Amino acid sequence: MLLRIRDAVDKVTFTFDGAAVQAARGDTLAAALLAAGIDTFRISIVGREPRAPYCLMGVCFECLVTIDDIQNRQSCLVEVQEGMVVTSQNGARTIGRDDGL
Amino acid sequence: MAFVDECEMAVVGGGLVGAALAWGLARSGIQTMVLDGEDLDLRASRANFALVWVQGKGLGAPHYALWSKASAERWPELAAALAGDTGIDVSLSQRGAFSFALSRCELDAWRIELETIAEQTRGAAAPYEVLGADETRERVPGLGRDVVGSIYSPTDGHVNSLRLFRALHVGMKARGVNYRAHHGVKNIEPIKDGFRLIGSWGEVHARRIVLAAGLDNERLAPMVGLSAPLKRSKGQILVTEKCAPFFDYASTTIRQADEGGVMIGDSEETHSSAIATNQDISAVLAHRAIRVFPALADVNVVRSWTGFRVKTMDGLPIYEQSATHPAAFIAVCHSGVTLAANHALVVAPQIAAGRLAAELSPFHSWRFHAPQNS
Ligand SMILES: Cc1cc2nc3c(=O)[nH]c(=O)nc-3n(C[C@H](O)[C@H](O)[C@H](O)COP(=O)(O)OP(=O)(O)OC[C@H]3O[C@@H](n4cnc5c(N)ncnc54)[C@H](O)[C@@H]3O)c2cc1C
Ligand code: FES
Repeated sequence: MLLRIRDAVDKVTFTFDGAAVQAARGDTLAAALLAAGIDTFRISIVGREPRAPYCLMGVCFECLVTIDDIQNRQSCLVEVQEGMVVTSQNGARTIGRDDGL
Repeated sequence: MAFVDECEMAVVGGGLVGAALAWGLARSGIQTMVLDGEDLDLRASRANFALVWVQGKGLGAPHYALWSKASAERWPELAAALAGDTGIDVSLSQRGAFSFALSRCELDAWRIELETIAEQTRGAAAPYEVLGADETRERVPGLGRDVVGSIYSPTDGHVNSLRLFRALHVGMKARGVNYRAHHGVKNIEPIKDGFRLIGSWGEVHARRIVLAAGLDNERLAPMVGLSAPLKRSKGQILVTEKCAPFFDYASTTIRQADEGGVMIGDSEETHSSAIATNQDISAVLAHRAIRVFPALADVNVVRSWTGFRVKTMDGLPIYEQSATHPAAFIAVCHSGVTLAANHALVVAPQIAAGRLAAELSPFHSWRFHAPQNS
């Protein structure tokens, strides 16, 4: 598990798959999840294997999660916010919502 | 003295057309070599939209309508034979396909074309239905308000085109075809008992040859008494991130690949030779796709590319045996995915036997040279 170099002073709280997670303001979402010990961000689409961030700089698309109902967001490119609702990305994103497509 | 390779049959070009023919020739027991070009050649086989498509083809050319239909019908046999040789599943799906009309006038134009094709083929062309807005929506959930109707044809479908390409290459090697990359042919010289194929790499002597060099056919053909006049046609495609299945059919401009990516195509530019994509065209493609399936609006496009079609002056294939050098054949076409089954299962055995069937004579290039006297 990764350790923070220094304790978070200005904290924000968000949820990941329903559980509350604390992070330091200014963390990327990917860093915040890794610091909280989460190592499966998504399940891959074709091989259905667990995946975690790899490049942490926006090129590999391994760090995809759903944030506030928006699917397939790169968590390494998003700054964590108070109250964010984050869920792991399970396989392919869906197109459209329940109300029709 | 320099060592010169010899072979019974040399196929020039290892794209979908060359590979399908080489695999078919090898299955017919012919010792075959494929001389292929460079990775940066313009290669339609790596850029296409992957439809196995019949609907609307062959207006004014009933032989082409029927040739396309026959290939679509042969496709399951091709897919099964490739799976048998290579273990590769090319994900053929032939559940039928739609052309979604965004205006009445578009729908009417298509309907008239299909009626004409049906008439010209005396009803032998692929079946189709013209559907109104409500009927279309009943069959396909999630369509936008702008869709005013559609044409549906049960014959149409799609494959995983890159996997098809790979299966043909694995299959031809498994059957002993000698494949040589980076062996672009600069010159072909007829000699007694065959041809000298010459490149910067050296030369090969072949008793018989098939030209399947895509866009370069135009330059090579006259060297052996053939002809392949081409015109420029650039196409552009957008590909989205992989999505859960949402559209089980195919359509002219939108299809969901077996692994989930949505492909949005494909434009036609006749005056550009630039290989770069054009963002204005991407915008038009995306806009039209969103009018058909509004929910695509929040799906991310992850790549786009362009490709140059191998298109003859009238859009129809050329299959021809040289009159002056009867051991030389040529195959040129702009629907190399659709026609792959015909190429591998019908044309290749004919070339192996040394003669193209009469059925293929309408595809001779003399149609471009004949005096217009009608
Ligand atoms: C955007 C786009 C969408 C398309 N969509 C579809 C579709 O949905 N369905 C469909 O059926 N078809 C489609 N097509 C058409 C299809 O891709 C082509 O018909 C097919 O790929 C042509 O194959 P080919 O082998 O003739 O040409 P290429 O793929 O161009 O292959 C030619 C090969 O010959 C080699 N070569 C060239 N010159 C020489 C030389 N001098 N010596 C040796 N080798 C040489 C090249 O390196 C290349 O490997 C599409 C095409 C494009 C561009
Ligand atoms: S970790 Fe590579 S894109 Fe986010």
